[in-house]
Amino acid sequence: MSSAEHAPAGPDKRPIRLFRNLWSKIAAIPMILVSVGIFVGGTIWTIVYSFTDSGLLPRLNWVGLEQYERLWSTRRWLVSIENLAVFGIASLILTFALGFLLAALLDRKIRFEDTFRTILLYPFALSFIVTGLVWQWILNPEFGVQSIVRGLGFESFTFDPLYDSSKVMIGLLIAGLWQGTGLIMVILLAGLRGIDEDIWKASRVDGIPAWKTYVVIIIPMLKPVFITALVLVTSGIVKLYDLVVAMTSGGPGISSEVPAKFVYDTLFTRQNLGQGFAASTMMLVTVAIILIPWALLQFRGKKND
Amino acid sequence: MTDTATLTGPTGPRPKKALSPRNIMLYGTLIVVSLYYLLPLYVMIVTSLKGMPEIRLGNIFSPPVEVTFQPWVKAWAEACTGINCDGLSRGFWNSVRILIPSVLVSVSIASITGYVLSMWRFKGSEIFFAILLLGAFIPYQVLLYPVVIVLRELGLYGSLTGLVVVHTIFGMPINVLLFRNYFVTLPEELFKAARVDGAGFWRIFVFIILPMSLPIFVVSMIIQVTGIWNDFLFGVVYTRPENYPMTVQLNNIVNSVQGVQEYNVNMAATLLTGLVPLTVYFFSGKLFVRGIAAGAVKG
Repeated sequence: MSSAEHAPAGPDKRPIRLFRNLWSKIAAIPMILVSVGIFVGGTIWTIVYSFTDSGLLPRLNWVGLEQYERLWSTRRWLVSIENLAVFGIASLILTFALGFLLAALLDRKIRFEDTFRTILLYPFALSFIVTGLVWQWILNPEFGVQSIVRGLGFESFTFDPLYDSSKVMIGLLIAGLWQGTGLIMVILLAGLRGIDEDIWKASRVDGIPAWKTYVVIIIPMLKPVFITALVLVTSGIVKLYDLVVAMTSGGPGISSEVPAKFVYDTLFTRQNLGQGFAASTMMLVTVAIILIPWALLQFRGKKND
Repeated sequence: MTDTATLTGPTGPRPKKALSPRNIMLYGTLIVVSLYYLLPLYVMIVTSLKGMPEIRLGNIFSPPVEVTFQPWVKAWAEACTGINCDGLSRGFWNSVRILIPSVLVSVSIASITGYVLSMWRFKGSEIFFAILLLGAFIPYQVLLYPVVIVLRELGLYGSLTGLVVVHTIFGMPINVLLFRNYFVTLPEELFKAARVDGAGFWRIFVFIILPMSLPIFVVSMIIQVTGIWNDFLFGVVYTRPENYPMTVQLNNIVNSVQGVQEYNVNMAATLLTGLVPLTVYFFSGKLFVRGIAAGAVKG
């Protein structure tokens, strides 16, 4: 309290720069430790050790790119990457399509907007574990959707995605969409609310139908919101882990493995640290590929302002 | 007379018919979608209130013929994970013991950091902030092991304190951003006046900033409570089995291979785990949405 800067001190009493506002610097220590010590330091550490042959314990015995070569010839990793790509692209397209549709519906000055929004967003408050377990139960072939449809007389109806390795990603997708669409809806709705009422009036005066106004005028105006939401969702998808653990544990076989699970299993159950570090570095590269164009875009946009 | 009649006639736009085709489409779609969204919650509830014989015979959507609370009792007090058969209550209390200190510590540190970044900037503070924000995009998997090492060095690996540290670290980017963005909107004159009057770093924070920022503290706490309660990965990695949070224990109960699956107990356990974030969600209403928007639109 006492070391904070008071009214301007005389020139001879001026303290050293570093100690001015000492408390503010002490208060910034956690941020400095976390940003430099954990985020930067930890990332560099992992990357460095991905070039070693660390097994049970980390050690600096260089092996060059060997871990990466081994990683990319591991079938389980290749399946993980493919699953993530399929899940990622499908869920991006569907969450954005559904999220925007719902946001547009809620933006039509409807009654009970709060009620609808509350219902559509509540799954987002639940954990992926809870989400995964509920949908595992609903998709249970013996008791769930399949058995009910069969009970209605369609004896040969088959829908057991969690037990069919070619369809298991569909099962995960159903649960993922249920949990995540509300978030996109809310973000896009906030964007829609920011659009000037006059634009709607102008388009109505010109006799442009609502859907066309959305496609031609509104969506292009919402581009920054879309891009930010896209970056957010994509970096979330890369982390996909809990949902898989709860719903399928990577099964049947290895057909629903994902990179985040590969890393966890390699680090902590198979204790092959080098492989785990290489795999997590690849995840970081994936995020960087998505993030860097966005960061550049933001930066350029700010300059133009 | 006629003049006033025309003047006091109905004004404003022509009222719309309630049952226009447009409205039927609009509300119809929303109601169908809402029902779909509510379905899993409904299934959880009805399944958790049925006995196992009824589940084997009936379908998952039908309401219970005979309501029983036995699955809830069993899920809470008797369900087994490994050799422990004291139910989900253990995980619940672990989660509470993790949640309270984690939320308090992480919100305090994030708010003070946001305060520094908005009113006490120093050379380099913005650079650290930029790094912190970029850190939000690093996949956790990259940092899992380095954090294990840090915790082990500190002697905190496996303990609840260690998990509090982890939640504080990973909650920082979003919450610091939230506080900083809020604090910069506060009138600067107030801050300047306080400094002229001789108030220092902590006095200004406690007596001027805090009273003006209660909503943003609530938003931050909502983010942290739901985030920490729902966490699975950090719980698995950084705690010992006796300290496992509720989500981890729930997954172990439901997905354990031994024994006969008791779906009603599973669903009761799942509901119990979801109850805390759901309560927070339903009571916080718009503030929850604001937390999301703060993280998303400004990020």
